[in-house]
Amino acid sequence: MAQPTLSAKAATEPTRVQRAFKDAFIAALVMLGLSVPILALRTEQNMSNEVILIPRPWLVVSCCLIVFVGRLLLGLFVFNRAPDAKPLFETPTSLRTAWDKFAPYAAQVGLGAIIAYPLVALYLGGPQGAIKWIDNFGIQILIYIMLGWGLNIVVGLAGLLDLGYVAFYAVGAYSYALIATKVIPATYPDLGVWAFWICLPISGILAAMWGVILGFPVLRLRGDYLAIVTLAFGEIIRLVLINWVDFSGGYAGLSSIPRPSFFGIPFNASETGFAAKFGLEFSPIYRTVFLYYVILVLSLITAFVTLRLRRLPVGRAWEALREDEIACRSLGINTVSTKLTAFSIGAMFGGFAGAFFAARQGFISPESFVFLESAQILAIVVLGGMGSLFGVVIASIALVGGIEILRELDFLKAIFGPSFDPTQYRMLIFGLAMVLMMLWKPRGLISHREPTVFLKERKSISSSLVQEGHG
Amino acid sequence: MTTPLLQVEHLTMRFGGLTAVGDLSFNAKAGEITALIGPNGAGKTTVFNCITGFYKPTEGMITLTQPDGKKLLLERLPGHDINWKGRVARTFQNIRLFGGMTLLENLLVAQHNVLMRASGMTIFGIFGTRGYKRAEKEAIEYAEYWLEKTGLIDRADDAAADLPYGDQRRLEIARAMCTKPLLLCLDEPAAGLNPRESLLLNDLLLSICRDHQTSILLIEHDMSVVMQISNHVVVLDYGRKISDGSPDMVKNDPKVIAAYLGVEDDEVEKTEAEIAEIAAHAQGEAK
Repeated sequence: MAQPTLSAKAATEPTRVQRAFKDAFIAALVMLGLSVPILALRTEQNMSNEVILIPRPWLVVSCCLIVFVGRLLLGLFVFNRAPDAKPLFETPTSLRTAWDKFAPYAAQVGLGAIIAYPLVALYLGGPQGAIKWIDNFGIQILIYIMLGWGLNIVVGLAGLLDLGYVAFYAVGAYSYALIATKVIPATYPDLGVWAFWICLPISGILAAMWGVILGFPVLRLRGDYLAIVTLAFGEIIRLVLINWVDFSGGYAGLSSIPRPSFFGIPFNASETGFAAKFGLEFSPIYRTVFLYYVILVLSLITAFVTLRLRRLPVGRAWEALREDEIACRSLGINTVSTKLTAFSIGAMFGGFAGAFFAARQGFISPESFVFLESAQILAIVVLGGMGSLFGVVIASIALVGGIEILRELDFLKAIFGPSFDPTQYRMLIFGLAMVLMMLWKPRGLISHREPTVFLKERKSISSSLVQEGHG
Repeated sequence: MTTPLLQVEHLTMRFGGLTAVGDLSFNAKAGEITALIGPNGAGKTTVFNCITGFYKPTEGMITLTQPDGKKLLLERLPGHDINWKGRVARTFQNIRLFGGMTLLENLLVAQHNVLMRASGMTIFGIFGTRGYKRAEKEAIEYAEYWLEKTGLIDRADDAAADLPYGDQRRLEIARAMCTKPLLLCLDEPAAGLNPRESLLLNDLLLSICRDHQTSILLIEHDMSVVMQISNHVVVLDYGRKISDGSPDMVKNDPKVIAAYLGVEDDEVEKTEAEIAEIAAHAQGEAK
């Protein structure tokens, strides 16, 4: 009795291919519905400034076709696969074993590559061509790595969501700029060449101080409330910089900020400059390479301090705070001062990075410290995987380097026409990358946690067990 | 007679119009296990939260006598100092471990203040001085001791959230003990344990009380735990103390039986009369 009904049912049930076609057809219909109002007509002005409508039926048709084919392929090969079918994409075992062998040395190899990078760029591009690659890519990425590592202390370790991190970056930059352009020339002008090296620690300390000043009233808030207040703090600092014109120069910003010297020897074309002293031909490349190594050393200090702090009681307390604040309090940990140390140490590294930024640019204005910067630094930390130093490096290279590389894609104009500007798509690509990340790696690229101490064996802890913190 | 370790006097805690704990007084003696029992919603956890500084009591005084005779008023200390200066540690009814950290790390976080001092408020620690390294080694050894004692040493390098429920309960006790407390407050340590685990827990608590100069204040529903190990039982109902004495005395107290089992409607009057009689009798005795 059962046999015939089963086969009858099978006969009436649509096959896999039929279902895929039906599904694709519906998707194409949806696309048609969407594209008719959005894409079908283009408004333009004619010679007499009248609006005219240009119909674009072929665009609509091709969009619908793309959707149809794409959905059909998905339906045939991805959605309706048999349960025991092989996965579509599998990492070959040879690649996997190769990676397992390489992984322990990844940090050393990466560090070696970063140290060698400017020399390779010089060798390949020559003094003129290399500047762009060292400055726009190398230095820019390293600044963001340093900012990411600084914010990682606050967000990744202590679990405090800080949306106004750029404020500390601004404090550092303006501290350096103001002291170097106003205070030092007025008091000890002889120290002018040393300005950067004197101001670097001062900027960090001032930023840390602002971290404490902000932290005291704010850190009793948690979660969303903390995020909103830190966001507001970032905006307040920026608005003060815009409106207190006597102090900060307002929108015009501060210019002719002294550049860093090679430990007292300026990088200029004069007799006493770097090139002349070392018997080299003058070129701006020396300063760029020098700046690259300065920010590299600053970043490495940040990483070193972070790694050390994680193994100290204060670092463990940060992570414990992220895991459970109430339990921390029951164990005698002063949660307020622990949060303050995280906030101020994070702010200090932001301040160092800010001082470096001002020295590298030679000009700063409030435009450089908008909310988007905070968001980008936070995105780097979150994408990298909260608490992971290596993840921050990968995320910075991908996000900052990726956006820079769009400027190099001018050859695409040959395909899409002369009005095509790849840099205009950077936010679109940025957003798309974020969505894809959240789908596949919601806890960031490197999401597992490494324990700080072990008795017998170091086992990484799966991200599903680690809390994100509630602010 | 020596002064009790913990004296709770006229403790009252109100949340708006609700009096969760009303005029509660009891003592916990040093070297004893004091149990706090009562039906659900009787205010036991509220008492705990007042003692451990999570709530500030509306009225009353909580005095802790240190071994050197110094008296500390717990309700005046800031929350984190109750553990560090007052040496009162606690566990939670719904376990609060640092789930993403290993067992060893959990026990090191508990020794935060000692290590913090050894690391010169982090400054010496950054440069890795010998003094700090020695202190850390000692802290790890102490953590190992407690992992051994709670039978968790084989899982020392696993994440705390990976442990089964019973082990998590024991780890929380080990973590509290790593702060070297005078008074350990346990909020339902046997909840969700099977009978065998429950027996092991009894042994652990007795050993803590005997070997570590730590007295225990315990909230528990599992009467097999309460009656076997506690020296002194305080019974709460609707925020008020209804009985206070040795386990045997409390077990036979009609008020306690009435609070736990309830009484039939037609027996209410009878029981109330009985209770009044007993109370009058007790008062007469006291006089």
